[in-house]
Amino acid sequence: METATKAENIKEMNNTGETLSGAEILVRSLIQEGVDTMFGYIGGAIMPVYDALYDYQKELKHYMSRHEQGATHSAQAYARLTKKPGVCFTTSGPGATNLLTGLADAYLDSTPMVVITGQVPSGLLGSDAFQETNMVGLSMPVTKWNFQITKVEEIAEVMAKAFYIARTGRPGPVLIDITKDAQVQKAEYKYERCKGIRSYQPVPKLNMDEILAAAELINSAKKPMILAGQGILLSGAEQELMEFAEKTQTPVACTLLGLSSFPTDHPLYVGMLGMHGNYGPNMNTNQCDVLIAIGMRFDDRVTGDTSKYAKQAKIVHIDIDRSEHNKNISVDVPVLADAKQALTELNKVVSGSEREEWMQSFKDYYQLEYEKVIEKQTHSSRERINMAEVIDCLSEKTNGEAVLCTDVGQHQMTSARYYKFKNPNTQVTSGGLGTMGFGMPAAIGAQIADPNATVVSVSGDGGFQMTIQELAVIRQYKLPVKSIVLNNSFLGMVRQWQDLFFEQRFSYTEMDNPDFVKIVEGYGIKAKRVSKREELQDAIQEMIDFPGAFFLEVVVETESNVLPMIAPGAAVSEMRLE
Amino acid sequence: MKEYTITVFSENNIGLLNEVTIVFSRRKINIESLTVSESEVKGVSRYTIVVFSDEKKIENVVRQLEKIIGVFKALYFKAEEIVHQEVALFKIANSPKLNGNLEALIRRQNAKILTVNPDFLVIERVGYKAENQELFNELEQYGVLQFARSGRVAVSCQKKEFTSYLKELSH
Ligand SMILES: Cc1ncc(C[n+]2csc(CCOP(=O)(O)OP(=O)(O)O)c2C)c(N)n1
Ligand SMILES: [Mg+2]
Repeated sequence: METATKAENIKEMNNTGETLSGAEILVRSLIQEGVDTMFGYIGGAIMPVYDALYDYQKELKHYMSRHEQGATHSAQAYARLTKKPGVCFTTSGPGATNLLTGLADAYLDSTPMVVITGQVPSGLLGSDAFQETNMVGLSMPVTKWNFQITKVEEIAEVMAKAFYIARTGRPGPVLIDITKDAQVQKAEYKYERCKGIRSYQPVPKLNMDEILAAAELINSAKKPMILAGQGILLSGAEQELMEFAEKTQTPVACTLLGLSSFPTDHPLYVGMLGMHGNYGPNMNTNQCDVLIAIGMRFDDRVTGDTSKYAKQAKIVHIDIDRSEHNKNISVDVPVLADAKQALTELNKVVSGSEREEWMQSFKDYYQLEYEKVIEKQTHSSRERINMAEVIDCLSEKTNGEAVLCTDVGQHQMTSARYYKFKNPNTQVTSGGLGTMGFGMPAAIGAQIADPNATVVSVSGDGGFQMTIQELAVIRQYKLPVKSIVLNNSFLGMVRQWQDLFFEQRFSYTEMDNPDFVKIVEGYGIKAKRVSKREELQDAIQEMIDFPGAFFLEVVVETESNVLPMIAPGAAVSEMRLE
Repeated sequence: MKEYTITVFSENNIGLLNEVTIVFSRRKINIESLTVSESEVKGVSRYTIVVFSDEKKIENVVRQLEKIIGVFKALYFKAEEIVHQEVALFKIANSPKLNGNLEALIRRQNAKILTVNPDFLVIERVGYKAENQELFNELEQYGVLQFARSGRVAVSCQKKEFTSYLKELSH
């Protein structure tokens, strides 16, 4: 067992100053960083690295995607669940350019990734060699950091830096481009983990003045409201958030990516923010007196018209990224800190008493939303099934405990609205970039990260076809992923905009879809279609109970819109219920 | 829209200039002038960037610049908060026509002659952009073969110097 011996001795071998190929140094570096799982797709310029991987199959499990974009989304979900950088390998040129969507997605959603792309030999750089693309140039705007390695001696140090940058501070994707000759050359291997970079301060020093200023505002608030973003999940501050909310008796609303950072069944939970969020938190954004935003970035899908956003409120903004303070919204008290760190300090100095009237206003809004929207959608009297019925049923049958990976569109918003998340970090979706095709490959990564979890992807009929080839990954690695397609025969979310804002001119949004069940069966995955309401419950139950992968197509209403909605350009308090 | 001078201190790494300019170009801010050279600290580059924009935008830009890995510090200044200059070189064809007038002009304009050879002479002037422009206008009668001006270099009036920021960064 040569491979086993190799791995066992890795630590020791570090100190022997053994001479290894660049490819092997790269692989060893991954192991040193605690990587045991990665995603990728081979090609000419990365072949030496794959050749080295062959010797380390025990230590490094490589999942082969069917398109590099799929690999990135799987790696992203893996990263979000494990909180370790997701690792991807691809070849140069087309393999590398196929990664760009995933990088952009990870960058906007602060997901740690270390992506390694092969590159043509250094002597050919700049010559338009076969499969040469300038990946450093292309990826610069969508990575936290990138670097091109052209010499074997650089590998260990650059890899250490890559992991350090990807996972610290506000996490993000890092791309390392490595020329083929650097993979082949030999050098002495010595690995040292990166402990700091002088031009990079990932963890800001907590400023107690900011904490005290925030506490003063919070303690004097009559109608405070918490906006919880993904920063809570990234810093693992769910407990601290709970303590903070309870101590100050402040209602909590989540952003799309903040969902599952606070239990939906908690009495202080008031719903989701934003364009398709809940009515109460959006309306009350313009009623509260102190807005406490934590680990969120006031995305335009959350704020609507910024000139009419929370003008009456004092705003406390806790974020680890200084460039987010005052970027979209002017704030009164910026707190530059990791969410957990800031909340821990705040919890020592904040207090509050029950706010019956204030909480009641959320309940009243909810009641209104329930009557106008929720009831009609979850107990639809229409012939076709409504998406909300499916998610409602899924939520119930999984007890809100599944890991839900969603694609982009109406089904995504419906999932976010109706799934009752119980546990932290159980939603994986593409927020900032809104990448169709994200959901199913993400479910693959999530299942690999947590083999025992019930992982369900919810996609639309449009998005599912963007990365449908990744079903082969589910097949090859026998992953028990459950995939749902909510088939409305339309690019539903766009159709909705055409319906509401383009005078029902349904320009290129209707689809003549293939037989999804047949296709999925072709991959050897159990598949089922339901279109009748009476069959829905059983079908979902069957899916959950099935020991392996399962695909469920639900034929849903074509003409349904996700409501309520803040029309683009409107204020949060102008949210419409119909 | 007002003029702002942005000073950036960074590592001297390949690609950093590209990263810095992306922050401006993605917001469609045109760079009026850009100067990059080694600062008072060995290995640390100093960028001086002049733009027209509004303050809110520039505040955001500066923070996004600081976010770049490799950038130590980015600061922005209004005109009155800095002392700044540009260097201009003028190449003029040498001919008997150039008489005492040119010498007087050069003296009056605080410029100096760097090189004289049979074909051309090179005049240098350090000053504000407008001053260098004025000299150019006056020299035009002699035929200016080339007019090269540097970007702005500027030092700030603020008390805190980069070396103390650098000390803070390395704790
Ligand atoms: C890659 C990509 N292309 C286009 C879009 C624009 N877009 C957003 S939602 C949507 C419709 C999605 O349709 P479908 O997957 O069927 O989901 P539905 O809204 O019907 O639930 C489109 C085209 C996008 N977000 N991503
Ligand atoms: Mg659809």
